[in-house]
Amino acid sequence: MSALRGLIIKESKHILRDRKTLVILFVIPVALVLIIGYVVSMDVKDTVIGVYDKARDSESVRLTNRIVSSGYFKLGKIITHDDQIESAFRTGSIRMAVVIGDHFGKRMLQPAGGAAVQIIADASEANTAQLLVSYCEAVIRSFALEESVVARPPVEVEVKMFFNPFLNSIYMSIPGIMALVLIIVTAMMTSLSITREKELGSMEILLASPLAPFQIIIGKVAPYLALASINAVTIVLLGYFVFRVPMLGSWQLLFLINFLYIYLSLALGILVSSLASTQMVAMFASMFGLLLPTMLLSGFIFPIENMPDWLQALSRILPPRYYVEAIKAVMIQGSGLAVVWHHLLVMSAFGMIYTIAAVKKFKIRME
Amino acid sequence: MDIINVKDLVMKFGDFTANDHLTFSVKKGEIFGFLGANGAGKTTAMKILCGLLKPSSGCVVVAGYNVASHPEKVKRNIGYMSQKFSLNDDLTVAENILVYGAIYGLSRAEIARRTEAVLEKLELTQMRRRLVRTLSLGWKQKLAFSVATIHRPSVVFLDEPTSGVDPVTRRRFWELIYEAAENGITVFVSTHYMDEAEYCDRISIMNRGQIIALDRPRQLKQVHGAESMNELFILLAR
Repeated sequence: MSALRGLIIKESKHILRDRKTLVILFVIPVALVLIIGYVVSMDVKDTVIGVYDKARDSESVRLTNRIVSSGYFKLGKIITHDDQIESAFRTGSIRMAVVIGDHFGKRMLQPAGGAAVQIIADASEANTAQLLVSYCEAVIRSFALEESVVARPPVEVEVKMFFNPFLNSIYMSIPGIMALVLIIVTAMMTSLSITREKELGSMEILLASPLAPFQIIIGKVAPYLALASINAVTIVLLGYFVFRVPMLGSWQLLFLINFLYIYLSLALGILVSSLASTQMVAMFASMFGLLLPTMLLSGFIFPIENMPDWLQALSRILPPRYYVEAIKAVMIQGSGLAVVWHHLLVMSAFGMIYTIAAVKKFKIRME
Repeated sequence: MDIINVKDLVMKFGDFTANDHLTFSVKKGEIFGFLGANGAGKTTAMKILCGLLKPSSGCVVVAGYNVASHPEKVKRNIGYMSQKFSLNDDLTVAENILVYGAIYGLSRAEIARRTEAVLEKLELTQMRRRLVRTLSLGWKQKLAFSVATIHRPSVVFLDEPTSGVDPVTRRRFWELIYEAAENGITVFVSTHYMDEAEYCDRISIMNRGQIIALDRPRQLKQVHGAESMNELFILLAR
């Protein structure tokens, strides 16, 4: 019976016996996907609005119907007086108000125009307000184009969103959640399990055995590789079947990217554990050194393009960014190796650097 | 025949000298007691003998191999039981034996055979499926010793194996040590219990990184005019 197998059996039993951690490892990824998918959606859907129709003619009624039937908005309140607008915002009963000006229909038919619509939004949530206003504008614009009896405007702007026509934010989130979950399971859990062994003193026994350092590392890490792979598959399937995230590229390529990223995170975990002497230190190091940067600088929550230059530079030296970009390219754009090869290359280079550093540190600690 | 041969062993951590020119040897089948006050450098020396630390200078040969140049050959021929309890709490009694048997490259059949022997000897057969965490400290230490010798090493290093264990269990533990020695396993044991020192064939007493006495317990007491080991220890390790 090989020594390595003995070690892997030991580590697997450890993980399987620790029911609480096991539940966390399998439930949290699923919960994260569902929560972010359903709740933290940035999409506009059935937002409650108020309409103040001063014109009350057939055109204004048609416009109101158009806005309400767009699917983005829901009529929550008919406003009949100016004062009601502010109080409706204050009580929170509406998120946006649409005011249709006097003689709306009549003015629409005049060549000089002058038909006015005012959109009032609740900017205490600035991003949402921005989003609502632009959706509403789009609806009104298309209404105006269709209803216009006068000559069409000289320039017509038609917007088409490629790859994600309905701007589903879950398309963005799935790769980000994968980056996050995989780094938790692999980097954090391996660093914790190795430092636990150090704290307990069983690491000394392993070091005094004929096992070579690299064997000890492989034995500790292999079970987490399996766990992380299961997590990766779970998240992809959830995204694919529950949230209908498209999968246009090749599955093999997706697998390769995930494998590289898991490998890289494992190397990071080993590096953390060889620097930290206690589980507490390892925990904080992986939280602040790995988790936060993955969340903030991978482009998962905040677009990298909007960051100041120095943060953009920082995101460039962190591997999750390349992972998220590559996953998006393969899943949503259907890109092949021709596009993502440089992501793969960068990730391999990171993996190599981390491995060398980890092995070196591990050896130093032994001597 | 010497199974352990140490010549001019020096171990420095920066300015601090943990082991200052240690020279001693241990014969095959001997029970060698390694005594000294806390911080005298016992654990450091033991780690060097096990190939866990590289000495700053000096020549250390264990089981026929130089520790500095062939640590992996040394490791194959020794067993080690550390100060901290070192079995895996989350594994059962039988699983712990299996894991360490596998690590030392025993075949599955051999592991199964030795597992039965160990369980019978320790009267743990009924508890083979119990998690180690649920055992009392005494059982744990006896099991740890059996696991450390599962591959029949030529030397076993025990770093304060009985600290915190009650006198009756300590007695049982020493019966295991005698049995191992009779089977030709050399036992290198550090301890703070002076009655245990009496059980050893020879003892060395360390103080501030140096060996200040080394002989049979009875001789040492005679030479220094001490009534008991306790008195001798206090006299020398002041």
